[in-house]
Amino acid sequence: MNESTATWELEPAPESTAHVQLEKSYGNFINGKFVESAGGSKFSSTNPANDKVIAEITESTEADVDKAVKAARAAYDKTWSKMEAKKRGKYIYRIARLLQERAREFSVIETMDGGKPIRESRDVDIPLAAGHFFYYAGWADKLSYAFPNRNPKSLGVAGQVIPWNFPLLMAAWKIAPALATGNTVVLKPAETTSLTALKLAEVIQQAELPPGVVNIVTGHGEVGAAIVNHKNIDKVAFTGSTNVGKIIQKAISGTKKRCTLELGGKAANIIFEDATIDQAVEGIINGIYFNQGHVCCAGSRLFVQESVHDEVIRKLKHRMKSLIVGDPLDKNTDIGAINSKEQLKTINKYIEIGKQEGADFYQPECSVPSKGNWCPPTLFTNVAQSNRIAQEEIFGPVLAVQTFRTVSEVIKKANNTPYGLSAGVWTDKGSKIFNMTSQMRAGVIWANTYNKFDPASPFGGYKESGFGREGGLHGLAAYLDV
Amino acid sequence: MNISNSSFRANSPTVDQVGVVERAKRFQTRSIKKAAKMAGLKMVLNMIDLTTLEGMDTEGKVKQLCYKARHLHDAVPDLPTVAAVCVYPPFVGLAKSEVADSGIKVASVATAFPSGNSSLEIKLDDVKMAVDQGADEIDMVISRGRFHKGDYGFVHDEIASVKEACGAARLKVILETGELGTLDKVRLASDIAILAGADFIKTSTGKIKPAATLPVTLVMLEAIRDHYFNTGVMVGMKPAGGISKAKLALHYLIMVKETLGEQWLTNQWFRFGASSLANDVLMQIVKQQTGAYQSADYFSLD
Repeated sequence: MNESTATWELEPAPESTAHVQLEKSYGNFINGKFVESAGGSKFSSTNPANDKVIAEITESTEADVDKAVKAARAAYDKTWSKMEAKKRGKYIYRIARLLQERAREFSVIETMDGGKPIRESRDVDIPLAAGHFFYYAGWADKLSYAFPNRNPKSLGVAGQVIPWNFPLLMAAWKIAPALATGNTVVLKPAETTSLTALKLAEVIQQAELPPGVVNIVTGHGEVGAAIVNHKNIDKVAFTGSTNVGKIIQKAISGTKKRCTLELGGKAANIIFEDATIDQAVEGIINGIYFNQGHVCCAGSRLFVQESVHDEVIRKLKHRMKSLIVGDPLDKNTDIGAINSKEQLKTINKYIEIGKQEGADFYQPECSVPSKGNWCPPTLFTNVAQSNRIAQEEIFGPVLAVQTFRTVSEVIKKANNTPYGLSAGVWTDKGSKIFNMTSQMRAGVIWANTYNKFDPASPFGGYKESGFGREGGLHGLAAYLDV
Repeated sequence: MNISNSSFRANSPTVDQVGVVERAKRFQTRSIKKAAKMAGLKMVLNMIDLTTLEGMDTEGKVKQLCYKARHLHDAVPDLPTVAAVCVYPPFVGLAKSEVADSGIKVASVATAFPSGNSSLEIKLDDVKMAVDQGADEIDMVISRGRFHKGDYGFVHDEIASVKEACGAARLKVILETGELGTLDKVRLASDIAILAGADFIKTSTGKIKPAATLPVTLVMLEAIRDHYFNTGVMVGMKPAGGISKAKLALHYLIMVKETLGEQWLTNQWFRFGASSLANDVLMQIVKQQTGAYQSADYFSLD
C-alpha cells in the first residue's frame, strides 16, 4: 500500500482582476457627474497587499463640499422629497440589482483597495451591501406603516462619513435608508478605501437616479469636517473612531443637525464551561480574525470560564494554525493585509504593550509576503482587566484572553469598559443566555454565534460606542422626523 | 469496564448543529488547484474502500471488483491502487486470493450487517468467519436500538467484544449516523466507539439515507481529535455512502487536514467507503492530464 507522507499544500488560487475597469484618476461625483476639483490636489490609493498604486483620488476642498451640498439641496427640494415614494423605491431597487450583477467586480476592487480576503468581500461585504439596498427599497413606500399615526417626514440633506473597514457596506448602510426616507446625500468614503464608493457612483449613474440625490466627495479628515460643519447639512451620520465622534458632537452642538454615531468597541466574547467548545472556538476565530480584526464589533476581549480555559486555548491555537495569511485575492486566504501602514503601526504598538504588560504572547508560524502590511493572528493569554490590551480598541487581529469563575463576575467585567457595541455569549443553556443578555450593556449580543449581520436587524452602541441605530426599522427613524 | 449509562452521556460534549454546518461549509470554499489537486485526487483513490455489499453478490462480481481494485484505469500509468475491497464474509477468502500481493486490504462487514439485530454469539461468529478467512479489517455495526434506549454500556461492551474477536484485524465501527437523529448522538456514539477500542469510526452502512455528510463527519473528526489530545492515540475515520464526486472528496480531505492534521492524510487513518467515487476521481485525473473530459464510457464499471 503506497502511503502518502508528504505534506499537502494548496496551490495559489488567485481571483482574476482582468475584468476590473478602473480609471487612473478619479474626481468627485457631484450632481450626477464625475467632476474634477477646482483647486484640490490628488493622492494615491494603494493596494495594502503589495504597496502598488491603484488610482489617484481627489483631495477635495471646501468649495467642492459646498458644491456637493448645494447639488444635494437642490435635488432634495426639486425632485427627491417630492417624488412618489413608490418611485424612490424603484430607483433603490435598481441600485441593489446592479450591485448584484456587478458583485464580482465590486468584490475584487474592495479586496484590492482594502486588503480584505476575497472570500469575505465576495461572501459578506458585497452581498450584504446589495441586501441593504433591497431591504430599504422595500420600506420606501411603507413609511407610514413603519411609524403608524406619526406622519414621518424626511430631514433634508444627510452628510455621511464612513470608515475603511467595510467601505462599500458602510456606504450602503448610510445611503440606502437615507434615500428610502426621502433624504439626499453627501458622502465621504475613507481616504484609503474610496474606490468602491466611486464605483457605486457609477452604479448610481447607471440606475439613472436624478442628479444630486447622491454626491460623493473624497479626501482626508478635513473633508469630513467640512461636510459636518456645512451649514446646509440637516443630518450627520458617522461611523469611525470614538475620538472623531466626540469632535463631531462638539462641532454640531448648538445646531439643529441630527446625528447618529457608530464608534469603537471592545467587545466581550464569553465562553461558559457548558458551551459547545468546538463551535465556540470557531466563534472566537470569526469574532476576532474576521476582516483582520478591523471590525468595531470584533470580539477582542475573550472571557473563558477557568474550568475549560486550557481546553479552549489548546483548541484555539490548533485552529489558528490552519488560518491562511497572505494575498487577499487568493480564494483560500483567511486573513488578508492590514489596511494601512499607519494601522499596522498601531497594532504592532499594542502587541509590544501586551508583551511589556507580561501577558503570554502567541502567533502561529506563518510566512507572509515581503511587500505589504501583514500581521499574523495574535493571541494574548493571562491578561488582566487592568491591562491596556484589554481596555483599548486595537482594531487588529489581536485577542486578549481573561478567565472568570462566576456569572456575576463575568457580567461585571464585560460591562467594565467605556464601550458598549457588541458582545458574544456561548452556552448550551438557553436560560443563561437570557440572563446574560438582559444584564449586559451592549447594542448587539450574539448567542452561540458571532459577527452575524442582516439588513433587517438594527446595529449600534451604548456609551462611547455611539448612539442611533442602523439597519432594520430602527435605521429608518435615524433619517426621519417622526 | 463498569461505566454507568449516564456517565457516558455526561462525558460526551454537546454539539451545536448550526455552528457545525457553518464550519463544514467553509471547508467547501477552499480552492484546490493544479498540483495540489492532482496530489489530492491520487490520495483520494488510495483511500477508497471499493465496496460491493449486495444480496445478489456472487464470486464473479467479487472477482471483477478485485480486478478493478488493482487496475483502476490502466490507460493512466502510475496510479495508486485503492486501499481495500469491502465484501460480505462469505467472499473474504476469494477476495484475499484475488488481491493477493497487491498490498490491497480485504475488509469485511460483520455483526449482522446492516441492522445489527442479532445475538452477540452470532455476531462474534460472523466476525470469526471473516477473520478466519484472512480479513484484514472488520466493519461492524453498533446496536442502534440499544443505543436509542440509552443502553450505552451494552453498546460499549459489544464493541469491545467484537474488537477482541478481531484479533489482529483492524476494527471499523459503523455508527449508522442516519439513524441517530442528532449530532449530539453522533458525538456520543463516536466517543463510546473510541472508548471501546475502535481503530476506525465510520458513518454509515450505505443502506440508510442520509449517509456520510460533511457536518456529521466533522463531529466524528472532532471526537477523534479530542481523544488524540487527551491520550495521544490516533483513531481512523471512514465516511461511507453519498460521496460520489471527486470535488466533494477533496473537501473531505481539507476538513481532515484542518481538523486533525496532515498525519491523518494516509489510508492508514482515513478511508472513503464508496463504489462510484473512483470513476469520478479517475475522470478528473484524466482531465487534469489531457485538459478534456472523457465520456463516462471510457471508465470501467466494476
